[in-house]
Amino acid sequence: MEKNQPPSPTTRRIAIDPVTRVEGHGKITLLLDADNHIQEARFHIVEFRGFEKFIQGRPYWEVPFFVQRLCGICPVSHQLAAAKAVDQIEGVSQLTPTATKLRRLLHFGQILQSHALHFFHLSSPDFLFGFGSDPAQRNIVGVLGKYPEIALKGVRLRKYGQQIIEAITGKRVHGTGTVPGGMNKALSIVARDALLNEIADVLQWGQEALALNEQIHIANPEHRDFATLQTNFLSMVGEEGELEFYHGGLRACHADGASIFDQRDYCDYQQILREEVRSWSYMKFPYLCQLGKEQGWYRVGPLARVNNSDRISTPLAEAARQHFREFAQGEFVHDTLAYHWARMIEALHCAESIHELLLDPEIVSDDLIAEKGDKRQEGIGVIEAPRGTLFHHYQINEEGLVTKANLIVSTTSNNQAMNESIRSVANQYLDGHEITEALLNHLEVAVRAYDPCLSCATHALGKMPLKVELRDVEGVLVNQLTKGTNGEIDH
Amino acid sequence: MTHNTITIDGQEVPFEVGQTIMDAALAAKVYIPHLCHYPGLTPHGNCRLCSIEIGKKSVAACTTPAVAGQQISSNTPAINAARKSITQMLFIEGNHICPSCEKSGNCKLQAMGYFLGMLDEHFPQFYQRRKIDASHADIVLDRDRCILCDLCVRASREVDGKNVFAIAGRGTEAHLIVNSSSGKLVDSNLEVDDLAANICPVGAILKKSQGYDVPIGERIYDQHTISEIGLQESIAKESKSDDN
Repeated sequence: MEKNQPPSPTTRRIAIDPVTRVEGHGKITLLLDADNHIQEARFHIVEFRGFEKFIQGRPYWEVPFFVQRLCGICPVSHQLAAAKAVDQIEGVSQLTPTATKLRRLLHFGQILQSHALHFFHLSSPDFLFGFGSDPAQRNIVGVLGKYPEIALKGVRLRKYGQQIIEAITGKRVHGTGTVPGGMNKALSIVARDALLNEIADVLQWGQEALALNEQIHIANPEHRDFATLQTNFLSMVGEEGELEFYHGGLRACHADGASIFDQRDYCDYQQILREEVRSWSYMKFPYLCQLGKEQGWYRVGPLARVNNSDRISTPLAEAARQHFREFAQGEFVHDTLAYHWARMIEALHCAESIHELLLDPEIVSDDLIAEKGDKRQEGIGVIEAPRGTLFHHYQINEEGLVTKANLIVSTTSNNQAMNESIRSVANQYLDGHEITEALLNHLEVAVRAYDPCLSCATHALGKMPLKVELRDVEGVLVNQLTKGTNGEIDH
Repeated sequence: MTHNTITIDGQEVPFEVGQTIMDAALAAKVYIPHLCHYPGLTPHGNCRLCSIEIGKKSVAACTTPAVAGQQISSNTPAINAARKSITQMLFIEGNHICPSCEKSGNCKLQAMGYFLGMLDEHFPQFYQRRKIDASHADIVLDRDRCILCDLCVRASREVDGKNVFAIAGRGTEAHLIVNSSSGKLVDSNLEVDDLAANICPVGAILKKSQGYDVPIGERIYDQHTISEIGLQESIAKESKSDDN
């Protein structure tokens, strides 16, 4: 576990800064003693965003388009979560069938492109060339050179997801689309038919990507315990416990699969979750209140969702889920590297669901806006983003301006798990060895499994404890100020 | 009516006595960039985007009378560079966050930036702290985006007959104020169908809860340049209030 003692003169610190092939900026620090034994390993988020603060005072109907700028990879997830919150504020309890289907189609496109990006562009070099392979080759350009067929299919898979986003929001990144109570544009028949023309290939590529990940994980027994943790899992599930990305209840399970809670209304998230702030990271540490700070941390994302769900509504992905669970003899899969496998099960589910939605005649209807009800001064929107459960919570005043915003993004939920995983890898692979680039990449492989989006995860402002020390030229402490999480300053 | 001509960038343009250079140019479908000018409202020469050169003298086309024989330069690299700098200064003086602004795609300032080939803001941001007024039930006033064009002031006075808005302060302290007992929109007589509530070229005066309903690709400046729109706009004289 963490050690907070100050480094002794015989220790040395190694930093991986920045961690590469992840979204955003973070670093890993290792504290080693003279014999290269690991004293401390931490994953820090070093970028700072502040969205929760500067959204305050803005009109609530701007929020979906303001907060989607948190991210260039999953802006649709932020737009949709915020849009669900805005629907609540506008008193909309039920969207029209077409608006619901368009939002779901948009979300499936988003998850498909994000998952494809993560595996093919960011993580596949580790698995195709080896964790300790030549870094000059260990990247997407290297994959394109040696495995062009795999790389190009990955690029096309992502492109298809982006085409869906563009057809609905007008742009591949940071478009519009959602409006209070619905959507601003019908999907044209021409656009629908163009997407349908390519779906057979997408389904094929999705199956191939899944087979590749499954094969990689099963063929490498050492992957089973690489950064592996026994953790709780949190995700949204549908009414019947099925895999669900857009709307449902919250389910949390212990590592052994036993239920912690199920079908909880996400509007009660504040009774379910708490967030802890630590001085060395801009990212908070959430935990399940029911289990407390020490035992309540959990994992979210593809591994959590596929473990937590009782079934998947589409046949190919459901068969893959059953195979996934058989791999762990019917128990939950805890292998951290199985995140990749679970991610590709989800990507295939997205492709199948997109196919179903495109064949649904209602998808091209122009019945887009629902009736609005009584306006409320609070809205909470929760969805499953590519990286896990995403919470958006806004309070507004009587003039319609945001007075408070709270976002718990997926990567934040995985913060503790990422730290535990790198500690596990550091102790297993690096402890006592001369540190090399190849060994350090093992730490990055552990972080990459979670597909962290560090840009999304550092949105808060004003809650971070801060310590400032003034030292003279000899290094002697002259004065210090400490700001606590409540904002009070101690001398 | 006596017809005379002026010359703009080598093109002869007829004018009627009493017309400004801008009036004559727009009538002849010659576009001179402008933000604070709107045919039908009294010209004020606030934004200086319509700066032109008559000989060595730089003047605002919207307030300078056309005089027979004027040799005018407008669409030249040097003048357009100056216009681009003016546009950049308008951007940095306010807080124009295009990515999340609901006026994006329908915004004249943004369209002007595109028209003049503006690729960055060039100057350091002022990051001014300006107050938002969301007190009105249907309308929000976001001073972050105000470019002090004065169009709402003139529309309210000359067309709506209400005098809801005014510009107070000077220089960087200049700001849009509301003529009501509290200084808030809620205590003014501004209504959602007033021209003053609909003429803002940027996103400073907007209707509440109505953002982003025009899809990308269908917004005004997704389909037209600001020069195309600028040659079409006018307020019919007869719509002006009888009170004025």
